[in-house]
Amino acid sequence: MSEDNNKSKMVGKQSVMFQNPPCIIAASSIAGKKEGEGPLGSLFDVIQEDALLGKKTWEEAESELMKEAASKVLQKAGLKNKDIRYLIGGDLLGQLIATSFGIAEMEIPLLGIYGACSTMGEAMSIGAMMVEGGFADRIIAITSSHFAGAEKQFRMPLDYGNQRPYSATWTVTGSGAVIIEDRKFNKNNNEKVVSIKGVTSGKIVDYGLKDSMNMGAAMAPAAYETIKQNFEDFNIKPDYYDKIITGDLGYVGKNILIDLLKEQGYDISGNHMDCGIEIFDKESQDTHAGGSGCGCSAITFTSYILKQLKEGSWKRVLFVPTGALLSQVSFNEGNSVPGIAHAVMVEAE
Amino acid sequence: MSNDKKGSVSQIVKEQDKQTRNDNYNQYVKQITPKFNMWKNMVKAFLVGGIICTIGQFFINYYMSLGADMELAKLYNTLSLVFLSILLTGLGIYQKLAKFGGAGTLVPITGFANSVAAPAVEYKSEGQVFGIGCKIFTIAGPVILYGIFSSWVLGIIYYILKLLNIVK
Repeated sequence: MSEDNNKSKMVGKQSVMFQNPPCIIAASSIAGKKEGEGPLGSLFDVIQEDALLGKKTWEEAESELMKEAASKVLQKAGLKNKDIRYLIGGDLLGQLIATSFGIAEMEIPLLGIYGACSTMGEAMSIGAMMVEGGFADRIIAITSSHFAGAEKQFRMPLDYGNQRPYSATWTVTGSGAVIIEDRKFNKNNNEKVVSIKGVTSGKIVDYGLKDSMNMGAAMAPAAYETIKQNFEDFNIKPDYYDKIITGDLGYVGKNILIDLLKEQGYDISGNHMDCGIEIFDKESQDTHAGGSGCGCSAITFTSYILKQLKEGSWKRVLFVPTGALLSQVSFNEGNSVPGIAHAVMVEAE
Repeated sequence: MSNDKKGSVSQIVKEQDKQTRNDNYNQYVKQITPKFNMWKNMVKAFLVGGIICTIGQFFINYYMSLGADMELAKLYNTLSLVFLSILLTGLGIYQKLAKFGGAGTLVPITGFANSVAAPAVEYKSEGQVFGIGCKIFTIAGPVILYGIFSSWVLGIIYYILKLLNIVK
């Protein structure tokens, strides 16, 4: 019996379909100043005007962002630390500095993960599996990124004079968190329930691109393969979803993704959306190809996307955060930029 | 044009050989990625670089008017430009100039000064030794190392040519 149970949750090659879809009961979004000035500005829970958040270093500032996102999501759900079984999260800084230092005080068991900018998708996937599998009643999936911290980690010092190419993206300063809860706790009040129906975990996909300033193009093949796999595993067509939402492909990556899928007979040009494109206004904010970073998909999901689902504008969404798994070392050693994308099927009931 | 693009996308998706697929993909990405207008950039670089050099000339004339000879005035000029560059870097202005001026801000000595000052500002938080000390030359280091190395090589060549009486 139980073996049957486990078997039936696996779908196709890379997917999981939940029998009792776990619910997203609360979400928080903490954004930086530039993000607050963008098109989604009015939807964020908190906008931090000070890039350093009153701290001395970028790393401390990002840790603080994460701490705020975690406490905010608990506050919105009316829960305490002890109600959360696991924290699943990660960030972009070396050895997950922001995660380790940000949520140290919360004293919740932590599973730290690294999926570059796909971290939110990875955290939600693992979290949903744990909750539905009965290993946790409630978890927090959390991630963050900080523009200055990421520039320091991956690129050049902030004050160094250089020109960013048009294909470059702008790392989002922000942190987003969601609480995923077992269905049986659902209070069944009037509000719409947002649940995770299934997930498709991505493989590492590398089409040999070496330009670290064109991450959209490096990640687009990963998004393409994960989305295609999702369609195949669940035997569905693109119009099953109201929106197919990638994390941070930006303008360059979006076009590539649509081109690649079209070649396989899937037309997503009508319902595709990219968080990196939504979060900034390209013209007035001078962000070139769009936003990026773990925080990009995280705060777009926890503000804009969840709102649309709750209000009933969208019913089914495929949320696909995308990550570029490069490091400064691999880049200097002449390696290409591998990509990864994790798809989470989010639906409003 | 759009037919070309279509052709290349199917060569990526349908290609079985990974290396060929990657080559096709790189080519396709090159085609669709927007680039800077080189001529516009060159004009801007010429303008900004020219202004920096004009300021340099102003310093030279000024120091000579105070009684310095050419050699000394040039030295003071270098010091002044480096000082200005570091000041603007610290105030976060040099980055903005460079965004507009590109190579115009990179090539003069001010660009070199910026490449030393910027890491110093960035890594200050990691301490005097492991932060500033270790990382101040992360960008300028190669220029210094290979600059000194090539002068050394040229010095040896010069010495040999001198021994052979080819040069004086």
